Parts: sequence; C-alpha cells; structure tokens
Amino acid sequence: MTLHGTCRDNAGVAVIDFSGRITLGEGSALLRETIRELVRGGKKKILINLADVDYIDSAGIGELVSGYTSVSNAGGELKLLNLTKRVHDLLQITKLFTVFDVQNEEWTAIHSFK
Amino acid sequence: MLPIHRDFSEIFDPGMAPQTKRIELMLETVLDSVDLAESIVMRICDAAGFSEEDCHKIGMSVREGVINAYNYGNQQDRRKKIFFTVEFEPDKIVVHIIDQGKGFEVADVPDPLAAENLLRTSGRGIFLMRAFMDEFAVQHGPEGGAELVMAKRLPLSGRQNGGDPAARDKES
Repeated sequence: MTLHGTCRDNAGVAVIDFSGRITLGEGSALLRETIRELVRGGKKKILINLADVDYIDSAGIGELVSGYTSVSNAGGELKLLNLTKRVHDLLQITKLFTVFDVQNEEWTAIHSFK
Repeated sequence: MLPIHRDFSEIFDPGMAPQTKRIELMLETVLDSVDLAESIVMRICDAAGFSEEDCHKIGMSVREGVINAYNYGNQQDRRKKIFFTVEFEPDKIVVHIIDQGKGFEVADVPDPLAAENLLRTSGRGIFLMRAFMDEFAVQHGPEGGAELVMAKRLPLSGRQNGGDPAARDKES
C-alpha cells in the first residue's frame, strides 16, 4: 500500500496526516521529503499523525529518526500522534519511546508544543 | 511488483507424512524483491496456520532480511542475486536469505538499543529479525556472502498435522 501524506496547519503547528505503509522506497522517501520541505519552509512545530499507518519497517523508523534530528537541529520539535498498535509496539521494542514525544490526542498534542 | 495469486495451501499435501518441504526463489537485487519476498512468505504462513500477528512478524523479518541483502550484502548491484528459501519442518518454518556480498559478523553489528545508537538512522534490521523470530543466526553463505537463517515455530494446532491446513480444517 502506497504512502499518502497531506499537510495542514492547526494553530501554527504543521500536522502531517499519513496513511499507508512507511517502508523502504517511495514511503520512506515521501516521509523524508515532506519533513525536509517543512523545515525548509521554516516550520518549527511538526506533528506527524500516524493513525492510518499500521506498518513501518526499519527504513521507515530510520526516516522518522532522521526527521526528528533535522527538526531538532533546526531548533524545532517533531512529535508523533495516534500510533496504531503495531507502530506503538515497534517504537517500544526499539526504545524510541524514549526519544519521541508520542501523543494520543491532537488538541493536547497541539498545546504541548513550546 | 507482480501480483501473487497462487494458493500456497497446495504445498501441504494431506496424503504425505510430515516432512520437510522447501520453496526456493532467486530474487533480483531490486527494491521490488523486498515486497515480493514479504508477500510470498506471508501467504505461505497464512496457509500453514500461523496467526495474523505471527504472519506479520515473519513477513517483516523476511522484509528486513531481504533489505539487508539488497542494501548491505549486494549493495544494490543488479548483477548480484538474492537466494530466498522457505523450508517447512514438522514443527517450524525456516527461512534462508543469502546474498552475494562479503558477509558480516553479527557480533560486529552495533546494538541499536544502546543510548549512543538510538538516533542512528539505520542498523535496526537485525534486531527486529531477532525480536520477531524464534531462532535467528547469521552464517557465511556458500559463495562467501551472508546467509541469514531464521525460524518460527508453528502454532500447536498446525504442528499436530505437520503444518497441514487441510487436516486442520477437517478438525474444526
């Protein structure tokens, strides 16, 4: 299943709604380019909504980590929203819960940005 | 990617005593091979009676294994091949993924859970295969490349019939 992503603004936070699989190839490339474009455009608050993403492979994890690092290096924050069980479990076993701020509710997530 | 329509339950012959059965595929070193191998093994595991969650774990492990062969073993060199084998033993399914690279020692792979590696953008594939499968090993393949060997035990209901879903269906 191809990955689709749409960007929207919610109270100054760039929210990206992804659906599909984030895997090596087109999926990981779309994730990379989307975050890169937002950072280039000066966005400092990025929220990735993964409610409709039930599969991420190691390449997809790598892109999430890369995005987190590039946004942080630019002085911004990247957070994750609405993880499916499989993605939740994946971040748990890879200990990436200790890296990402994971939110379950968009309103709360939006107001958690500094 | 070519669609796979084959019903893999046909490989489980109800008239045969449980014994090792084997499927071998030679994959091109292209990105589509990753999806292809994952898709095939998930159909096989579904036919063998694995749960949806186990099919997911086996599929993802195969995906990571073929990514490893594609990216690191064969270094995306299209002249090289990836050899993908699925074996059925009475109590487990065993997958071999062999590349034509230089091979590697699994002890040399950095621990992705170490604090200093958490922000690395790669290096989690081996960890995920180990986490999702019951057995995992890396050895040197016949041509010197890496051979990943991983196994998942069949669920008890399938194991009693040697992985034969037809016999299992009769019981239910």
